[in-house]
Amino acid sequence: MKLTGAQIIVETLIEQGCDTVFGYPGGAVLVIYDELYKNSDRIRHIITAHEQGAAHAADGYARVTGKVGVCIATSGPGATNLVTGIANAYLDSTPLVAITGNVPLSLLGRDSFQEVDIAGITMPITKHNYIVKDVRDLANVIREAFKIAKSGRPGPVLIDIPRDVQAASCDFERADVVNKFPYPKTNKQSVEEAVELINSSKRPYIYSGGGVVLADAGETVLELAKKIDAPIGCSMMGLSAISADYKGMLGMTGMHGTYHASRAKQEADLIIAVGVRFSDRATGNISKYSKNAKIIHIDVDSAEIDKNVTTYLGILGNLNDVVKAITDKVEPRQNPEWFAEIEKMKEHAKTPDDYKTKLVPRTIIEKVQEYTTPDTAVATDVGQHQMWTAQYYKFRNPRTFATSGGLGTMGFGMGAAIGSCIGRGEKKTVLFTGDGSFGMNLNELATATSYNLPLVIVVMNNKVLGMVRQWQSLFYGKRYSNTTLNRKTDFVKLAEAFGATGLRATTVEELDKALETAFEIDTPVLIDCHIEMDEMVLPMIPPGGSIDDIIIK
Amino acid sequence: MKKDQFILSAIVNNHFGVLTRVSGLFARRGYNIDSLNVGVTENPKYSRMTIIVTGDEYVKEQIVRQLAKLHDVKKVQIMPDDNTVKREHLLIKIKASSERRAEINTAVSIFRGQVVDFHTDSMTVEMTGEPSKVDAFINYCEDFGILELCRSGALAVIRGEESLSIDEEDNE
Ligand SMILES: Cc1ncc(C[n+]2csc(CCOP(=O)(O)OP(=O)(O)O)c2C)c(N)n1
Ligand SMILES: [Mg+2]
Repeated sequence: MKLTGAQIIVETLIEQGCDTVFGYPGGAVLVIYDELYKNSDRIRHIITAHEQGAAHAADGYARVTGKVGVCIATSGPGATNLVTGIANAYLDSTPLVAITGNVPLSLLGRDSFQEVDIAGITMPITKHNYIVKDVRDLANVIREAFKIAKSGRPGPVLIDIPRDVQAASCDFERADVVNKFPYPKTNKQSVEEAVELINSSKRPYIYSGGGVVLADAGETVLELAKKIDAPIGCSMMGLSAISADYKGMLGMTGMHGTYHASRAKQEADLIIAVGVRFSDRATGNISKYSKNAKIIHIDVDSAEIDKNVTTYLGILGNLNDVVKAITDKVEPRQNPEWFAEIEKMKEHAKTPDDYKTKLVPRTIIEKVQEYTTPDTAVATDVGQHQMWTAQYYKFRNPRTFATSGGLGTMGFGMGAAIGSCIGRGEKKTVLFTGDGSFGMNLNELATATSYNLPLVIVVMNNKVLGMVRQWQSLFYGKRYSNTTLNRKTDFVKLAEAFGATGLRATTVEELDKALETAFEIDTPVLIDCHIEMDEMVLPMIPPGGSIDDIIIK
Repeated sequence: MKKDQFILSAIVNNHFGVLTRVSGLFARRGYNIDSLNVGVTENPKYSRMTIIVTGDEYVKEQIVRQLAKLHDVKKVQIMPDDNTVKREHLLIKIKASSERRAEINTAVSIFRGQVVDFHTDSMTVEMTGEPSKVDAFINYCEDFGILELCRSGALAVIRGEESLSIDEEDNE
């Protein structure tokens, strides 16, 4: 069968199980868009308001579905607009294939109109990238891109395709969905060692990260936790993999983690770290990090072992298999004393319940939770509202949380929430965003309304860049340089102008009413929640500090 | 080899952009390349890079693991210092006044170099040897006056049968 490059792109995407792409057309991808038009019954294209939105949407889509997200952009500015989205996917290990058009081969390297070296630009933020110069390589490059994106530690792959390669033709033969590369081999001896370490520990602690979400290994980790009666603390990226209903679930650890999750980690004598990368936001001061504990680090990426924290035992492999192998061999046990200690830790940082009648961050998150089901997906932007969501929202189902962890990308939320809606069909997605972050990519409201997405946007409007303000309050003598936005934007009217429903809440009662309406409507609703600008995210372990420096009140 | 220096050999795809990927990774992570040499292997699909790096044990471990993650890198190995044949090539142009020529010729022959170009006031010498020998020769030449020099960077293979070559079977 002779096909053009553009046809090969569409056929290979479909062949690889992709039925939805996010993107934005332009001169260098016209041929591809022509094929998308002809094949719109087989592959759905979501047109966003901006390529950044498309990249974040593909990322959010991949997070909630577990599939490879795909986005398309034209050359030059289209391609550079993807860059933040690609970097975001890279730092959070999201499987993503980004396709960019480029100027024809004969014009490459001549600073032609809308030419940028996007392969060069994205080299440090992709697992791999390609410039396809021969149409005969195209199908296999796309297949390989999918393989790389989803294998081992997932991540983004970019394919740059000059316009004439899209138009050239060659023979095409269908192939199967590519398999992942084999997982790194697990050393049986280290599994035995892990079992012994666990059996002889007194205060075991499971530290579960984003890798557990990516490997769909939440159940497996939970089984281990139950068998050895261990508490679980999560990195922010690890949230949602394991239900908050588990009695040993301590929530998030790290800079803004719960006191007991971080304290218990410090007091543990054994940390079983699964799919984490010990980022500085999660560990604080490395030299004081969990000094009392031996660390077993289980990961799929060998470069993570001993990268940031020196571990006692590193185990490579497929998380599911490794954790299962350990669970099978380990002795079942109970740790009542350890849990009694943890209960005491919980008491230590207990806050009064009087917040419930005030429209404060915690109330908002908990109120929203009353209206959602465990199946509702939650996306966030970046800032205080993100941390409050991570702290107070009780995640129960895996892949229901899309947040920008590694890159901390303000503006991620709208795109991610759109991708989540597209990936989950009728099921609702809630976006917790801040006035600042929302301002970055609110153009995507247009996308949400065009596609009638079941999206509830909760703007936690403190009129400031709250997270930066918090640092200014604590560490820069309250000199609020450029963080007091106090903008005149009326988010309710803005939502209406985009064709969404806009509601406002200044009290708990108003919020209740708004949520009632929002969850009855199947189309985008924005709730502008007014909160105090001096609310802080607490507890907080100051940067470079340890649990002993924690600020609780 | 200086303290904390080690030689890393990598078999990589013989593609455009691979050198950028590898050197970019070093730059990004703050590892120092002392020398880097690259050339095609017995199998034209692959090139072999020989890189001299300065770094402690941590850098050593990280660099191998990070390199191994690159899709274009097929094999990476730290060359065992005591069991590796190392060679570097040098072209050096030195001032060669008639009074000192004899002295230079002696040095060249002791270091097993060869004069490859000869002018009234200068002389170009080529020399091959362990990097440390190349260092020593350069040091010696300083006294004559060095006009320019050009080093290839080290090449290295393990002694004996062991090789880094890619077995096409295990690399689908
Ligand atoms: C693209 C980008 N620019 C700047 C920052 C730095 N930054 C981190 S949090 C934050 C404030 C976010 O404000 P808002 O979205 O209103 O959230 P809040 O903290 O007020 O809840 C800023 C500016 C960032 N993370 N991302
Ligand atoms: Mg704000």
